[in-house]
Amino acid sequence: MASAVISSSPFVCKSPAKDLGFSSFRKPSQISIHGCQKKSISRKIVSVMAPQRSSSTSGSVKTGMTMTEKILAKAAEKSHVVPGDNIWVNVDVLMTHDVCGPGAFGIFKREFGENAKVWDSEKIVVIPDHYIFTTDKRANRNVDIMREHCREQNIKYFYDITDLGDFRANPDYKGVCHVALAQEGHCRPGEVLLGTDSHTCTAGAFGQFATGIGNTDAGFVLGTGKILLKVPPTMRFILDGEMPSYLQAKDLILQIIGEISVAGATYKTMEFSGTTIESLTMEERMTLCNMVVEAGGKNGVIPPDATTFNYVENRTSVPFQPVYSDGNASFVADYRFDVSKLEPVVAKPHSPDNRALARECKDVKIDRVYIGSCTGGKTEDFMAAAKLFHAAGKQVKVPTFLVPATQKVWMDVYALPVPGAGGKTCAQIFEEAGCDTPTSPSCGACLGGPADTYARLNEPQVCVSTTNRNFPGRMGHKEGQIYLASPYTAAASALTGHVTDPREFLQ
Amino acid sequence: MAAASLRSVNPTLPRTLASPTRSPPFQSPFLRFAPASTTSFNLKPLVTAPAPSSSPFVTRSAAASPQERKTFHGLCYVVGDNIDTDQIIPAEFLTLVPSNPDEYQKLGSHALVGLPASYEDRFVEPGETKTKYSIVIGGENFGCGSSREHAPVCLGAAGAKAVVAQSYARIFFRNSVATGEIYPLDSEVRVCDECRTGDVATVELREGDSVLINHTTGKEYRLKAIGDAGPVIDAGGIFAYARKAGMIPSAAAA
Repeated sequence: MASAVISSSPFVCKSPAKDLGFSSFRKPSQISIHGCQKKSISRKIVSVMAPQRSSSTSGSVKTGMTMTEKILAKAAEKSHVVPGDNIWVNVDVLMTHDVCGPGAFGIFKREFGENAKVWDSEKIVVIPDHYIFTTDKRANRNVDIMREHCREQNIKYFYDITDLGDFRANPDYKGVCHVALAQEGHCRPGEVLLGTDSHTCTAGAFGQFATGIGNTDAGFVLGTGKILLKVPPTMRFILDGEMPSYLQAKDLILQIIGEISVAGATYKTMEFSGTTIESLTMEERMTLCNMVVEAGGKNGVIPPDATTFNYVENRTSVPFQPVYSDGNASFVADYRFDVSKLEPVVAKPHSPDNRALARECKDVKIDRVYIGSCTGGKTEDFMAAAKLFHAAGKQVKVPTFLVPATQKVWMDVYALPVPGAGGKTCAQIFEEAGCDTPTSPSCGACLGGPADTYARLNEPQVCVSTTNRNFPGRMGHKEGQIYLASPYTAAASALTGHVTDPREFLQ
Repeated sequence: MAAASLRSVNPTLPRTLASPTRSPPFQSPFLRFAPASTTSFNLKPLVTAPAPSSSPFVTRSAAASPQERKTFHGLCYVVGDNIDTDQIIPAEFLTLVPSNPDEYQKLGSHALVGLPASYEDRFVEPGETKTKYSIVIGGENFGCGSSREHAPVCLGAAGAKAVVAQSYARIFFRNSVATGEIYPLDSEVRVCDECRTGDVATVELREGDSVLINHTTGKEYRLKAIGDAGPVIDAGGIFAYARKAGMIPSAAAA
């Protein structure tokens, strides 16, 4: 429920929103059928029962729909939906990984029969990424289980790994699922993507509906290609202004979560727009949408534009149809940020909404720095950290762990020259700064993992991390203290041994 | 049905997953939805579930109709706000696969082990596999964090019957309903401030209104109606419910 309270922050303007009259609100461009013919809906389900009430059509004028409402309406083969509608939605892509895949397939077989076949072997993407480089036998077994399921079901996209000793010996292996989905062209505007992982919301950066589900829901989707969803209302976040050189998307989302709290967007869509958003790269947009779940959000979404199309069309030839919020759509809340006034922030232990200015935490002594995960382990995240290290020209004062999200990111770290660094690669700069050698790509210690996971917090230490959650025990030890931060802030902190605002070294 | 009569005698029997593993496989992998009908989502007379086999899963009681009172009685375990999934079931235990019966039990033994040491009473005693607490009392945003279904599963596997919290994170709520493992009930006030771990309580679910009665303090609290989620959990989760509602072929009919 939108209230009339204006936030005490000078940078935020919050107003209840019904019909919007913002003249500065960027009018959505015409829906463009981008590049292709309309996608055909799966015809396997012969007749669909809609047991819940459908949206009201009793003579009232239909309001416009938000992006999310449009995507779900189309996926439910309805002309119009409103928040609160329970609808059966066709799924375009279902993703699972090594931790939840065995359970999801186990449920699928138990419920649909040992000989049942998945609804569409080309719409399921299986990405081992969570507990890979470990001697934990059950973890290893789970990857084997997925291999067997994929073989039996003829799953087209299975990014397998068999040689755990050398990730480069596995040509199919990718790494962190949300980054791999984007890099392999599985994220497309207008589609419905579900995954057995809370950070599936990352894909909303591509202008699609993407959210996390549990094993049972996933088992249901495996058999039917459909899921029952309640249409969420949309909260709108308009970010305008030029992005300062020391600020990153991580700072933006931590700012927002600090504003609305870890339950501020529960059951809702977070839609991000504005001139700042338009200026962000796809990887930065992914970082923004990635942490929507940390505010309780159901999904995050960013209107697709040339940046999106360019990225997507370089990776897939599957046709897609972008959608945009109508000018007269209803939003339950509106927040505006003047990004040019924002400063680097961290989330202090033990909650992602425990926001503080990085510069106000400069007395916090730290024990280690972790740069990795779907949130902060992409190519641009490492580029940013390397840029700061290079500008500083100093050595890190604490162990600094680098975990590229995917094989591609790892290769970029070793191959791509960092702008302004005279041809040096990230890897070279990291080595000169005294960081640990970039390790095998996976989710790593973001969520702790088996005891032998690289960079796991096994003692009650203080860690600055580019990851997404800092609840007690998140990276391993229950008394570990995790400060969530941007790659710039993490790199700056590594250089001083304290939580540090990156402006100490940039500009 | 054997399980149902057992439960009426001893309502504190742990609730476990239904196991249709003895059912014949469905011929068609596709759902056959009944044509739109007014009775589709009302509970039909229940199909008798297959008898329990050597599987450690006991067939869940599905005998409750919406009007019948469903009651849970036992000890409360009280936690605070924002209990996230890493505290409910730390990530290191996610290698356990919930659909595997042995590993399902093991998950139960680790329920809430991630809570900080400030929680001196542990939900499951070290060395035990089941909890002595039937009702978990929480604050705001219970179950936030990951989408791991292991979270409601471990609570159910440990033997808890219901969570009573001020509010839930959506994926946890959804997973509780889909698995049928535990009833996620909404309180109207901050029950977690008024109850203590070890209080004896009863949760009564009724059509339209439900209550939490704390026998130790003598206070009663209204709970929000669980609505459409109730029949799904009663049935044993989304699949069992879909079969009962005629949305997918029932095991008995195939």
